[in-house]
Amino acid sequence: MGDHGPAKGFGRWLFTTNHKDIGSMYLWFSFAMFLMGGVFALVIRAELFQPGLQLVEPEFFNQMTTMHGLVMVFGAVMPAFVGLANWMIPMMVGAPDMALPRMNNWSFWILPFAFTLLASTLLMEGGGPNFGWTFYAPLSTTYAPPSVTYFIFAVHIMGASSIMGSINIIATILNMRAPGMTLMKMPLFVWTWLITAYLLIAVMPVLAGCVTMMLMDIHFGTSFFSAAGGGDPVLFQHVFWFFGHPEVYIMILPAFGIVSAIIPTFARKPLFGYASMVYATASIAFLSFIVWAHHMFTVGMPIAGELFFMYATMLIAVPTGVKVFNWVTTMFRGSMTFETPMLFAIAFVILFTIGGFSGLMLSIAPADFQYHDTYFVVAHFHYVLVPGAVFSIFAAVYYWLPKWCGNMYDERLGKAHFWLSFVGLNLTFFPMHFVGLAGMPRRIPDYALQFADFNQVASMGAFLFGFSQVFFLFIVIKTIRGGEKATDAVWDNPEGLEWTIPSPAPYHTFTTPPPIK
Amino acid sequence: MRLIGKQLASKLLWVLGQVLLLPTLLMTSVQAFGASDAVVDEAQRWGLNMTEGVTAVSHEIYDLHMLIFWICVWIGVVVFGVMFYSMMMHRKSSGAVPAKFHESTAVELAWTLIPALILVLMAIPATSSLIKIYDSSEAEINIKIVGYQWKWQYEYLGEDVSFFSNLTTSQDEIYGLAPKGEHYLLEVDEPLVIPINKKVRFLITANDVLHAWWVPALAVKRDAIPGFVNDAWTIIDEPGIYRGQCAELCGKSHGFMPIVVHAMEEADYANWLAGKKDEAEELKAAMSQTFTMDELYARGEKVYQANCVACHGANGGGGLGPSLVGTGITTGPINAHINVMVNGVAGNAVMPVFGNQLNNIDLASVITFKRNAWGNNMGDQLQPVDILTFKKNQ
Repeated sequence: MGDHGPAKGFGRWLFTTNHKDIGSMYLWFSFAMFLMGGVFALVIRAELFQPGLQLVEPEFFNQMTTMHGLVMVFGAVMPAFVGLANWMIPMMVGAPDMALPRMNNWSFWILPFAFTLLASTLLMEGGGPNFGWTFYAPLSTTYAPPSVTYFIFAVHIMGASSIMGSINIIATILNMRAPGMTLMKMPLFVWTWLITAYLLIAVMPVLAGCVTMMLMDIHFGTSFFSAAGGGDPVLFQHVFWFFGHPEVYIMILPAFGIVSAIIPTFARKPLFGYASMVYATASIAFLSFIVWAHHMFTVGMPIAGELFFMYATMLIAVPTGVKVFNWVTTMFRGSMTFETPMLFAIAFVILFTIGGFSGLMLSIAPADFQYHDTYFVVAHFHYVLVPGAVFSIFAAVYYWLPKWCGNMYDERLGKAHFWLSFVGLNLTFFPMHFVGLAGMPRRIPDYALQFADFNQVASMGAFLFGFSQVFFLFIVIKTIRGGEKATDAVWDNPEGLEWTIPSPAPYHTFTTPPPIK
Repeated sequence: MRLIGKQLASKLLWVLGQVLLLPTLLMTSVQAFGASDAVVDEAQRWGLNMTEGVTAVSHEIYDLHMLIFWICVWIGVVVFGVMFYSMMMHRKSSGAVPAKFHESTAVELAWTLIPALILVLMAIPATSSLIKIYDSSEAEINIKIVGYQWKWQYEYLGEDVSFFSNLTTSQDEIYGLAPKGEHYLLEVDEPLVIPINKKVRFLITANDVLHAWWVPALAVKRDAIPGFVNDAWTIIDEPGIYRGQCAELCGKSHGFMPIVVHAMEEADYANWLAGKKDEAEELKAAMSQTFTMDELYARGEKVYQANCVACHGANGGGGLGPSLVGTGITTGPINAHINVMVNGVAGNAVMPVFGNQLNNIDLASVITFKRNAWGNNMGDQLQPVDILTFKKNQ
């Protein structure tokens, strides 16, 4: 079995059931989507470079904000984490492959169809989705362009893919661990993914229900979201955010797992509180289900609801704080080196914490009346998603790439990529705090003159950040094609089963379970 | 293990003490620099912070915002301080040997309970502010605000005064063909006028999609939801003109439906209101008048600029909506044209039902304008009474 290599040609990728192949395909796909969503973002930033309409019309601008959000959330961040899960979870728990390899193939291969369908709406008559990635009704139903039906179908496919992926991950973690790999011995990346997978299974059907109700309203004369027929547009928001809030944690919990693997390696010191990290992750996951209406503070909820969602949201700061304190204490009195994965991980901790601070500010309902739907919110969620989710993915790629392809990346280039990204993203998103507080609403193609200076800075930062990612592509390809050979351990005494196998990892690993200490 | 815990605790405390000094230094230096007027002016021009606003509620929200902000800054200084201290002092390159400690229930408990306590301290003022904001009882003036794609309607309940408020920034300014004015995108033809020192209640709803009515200086932001009415209130302290924008994505011209509130002394407000009522009377009288072609054309052009230009284009050439130059509606039977304007288009939610948005004079003028502008040259015209007859007969 062990010497059974990959098949030849394109068939290898089309029919593969190998977790490493599928992981690689997920990662490449998500990077392609990252570039596509990035181009949409650059269209937005180019138009916002100065006041007035210069490059695109407002209709197209709205399609860009919508598609940027959808592609980044469902096409870039989520598939990247699934790709990492595919590669790493079997190797981390000592399993030969994922539990359901054929479904694994299927859950990947429906994604390119979903996103081709979604992207094709841009070329349709009436244009693509233009109602924001949150697609609030009735703008997305009664007032939507005809292409909304394709959008709904694409969302259904993405949901199916995510649900299948999660079932696979749960089945793998619960059934395929090597003997002796108890739950509380699992690496945190495995733990955070286990919890994430449960979140996905819980909320993706809610999203499917939400878009199905839209479909019924549009084509079959129902009025779920139309007051004129006895429905309620606010119902849409409740259903959407019941999915949407756990969704944002789906995009950050695996990142917590990655950072919890990287910091101990480069601090040369065990993670300070493993068990409390597990409990904190579980608490965050639980809280994510009871805070959804903090996205709707201005919707006119009764005060009791407003207070409940405010308190519950503030509470999230506690387990999140536990995580940050744990990472910092892990670094404290360590013996640190600052290779590229560590740089990204440290930037993650700092900038994610800044995003957490603005999150705490947003949770204060009275103050949210001023922040809501402004660039302050845009700054907040980009701080938790870009240096949060995206940086953790970069960190993971630099950390595990030598294991995947057997070659070390070029440390100088990696560091250059880090610093370019770091400067670019802060130039882009930090000024958004200021324009938001000064009163600039989000999702507008043109703005009053007092917001001009910061928008100019943000646009320049965005182009810097965007072009640094092309540089990242170059670094990864260069590493795959050659370079200094990586050792099996790659780093200085890292923890985990993946470092006990050769680099590059053979096509099949752990065909017999490894012994667990 | 216990010994390590103690060492860790004392070391941590020492580091914390060091980093707590930092923000004090930082704040003093900010104050020292802040004394320079130029710096303050420049910061104001760039717009760094939330407005303090002009109502008791907006001041309270500003204070709350600054309180939470400074708490976050202090926590940040402590956390990042320890982090940077470790990064400086505990490097492998300077020979640091890693400690072995991990797991400490006491430490974990401390950093769970202390943040929880800080949160309780934040929740107290937040709750009291929220209770105040939600108390819209005993209002002296009630104004219904309706969001439309893409304008606001203000109706003074019980006063028989109602009007639309449209963006006045020209397309030329937006497309860079004319210099942009001081209040670019934040100027309207008719602002909302309210008196100072009186409790004004806003009843907010929408006609088509979601909108949100937001004026930062009043710290009022409420979603406008079709089929539901939300309420909010304000008491403005100082006369002035306060500007805001729609804050909920509402389609193509979401960025082009500003809000302008003109707050006046009570006497001025009474005068304004009386003037508005007279205007309404005059308008009623004018409904039975006959206008010349030139009058209709001129008025129609204004109505077109305010209501139609966003979709049908500056020269009727179309855009989001169809072209009006030489096409069926504008050059076809006049009754079909009136029908589209009064009743909208079945199955097309984007074309508004103008029958209940524009008065009969405006409808007659804008139809006349469209049938004679841009080379349509139909030569026919409508009087307000024709619209009235049409409405009666359908």
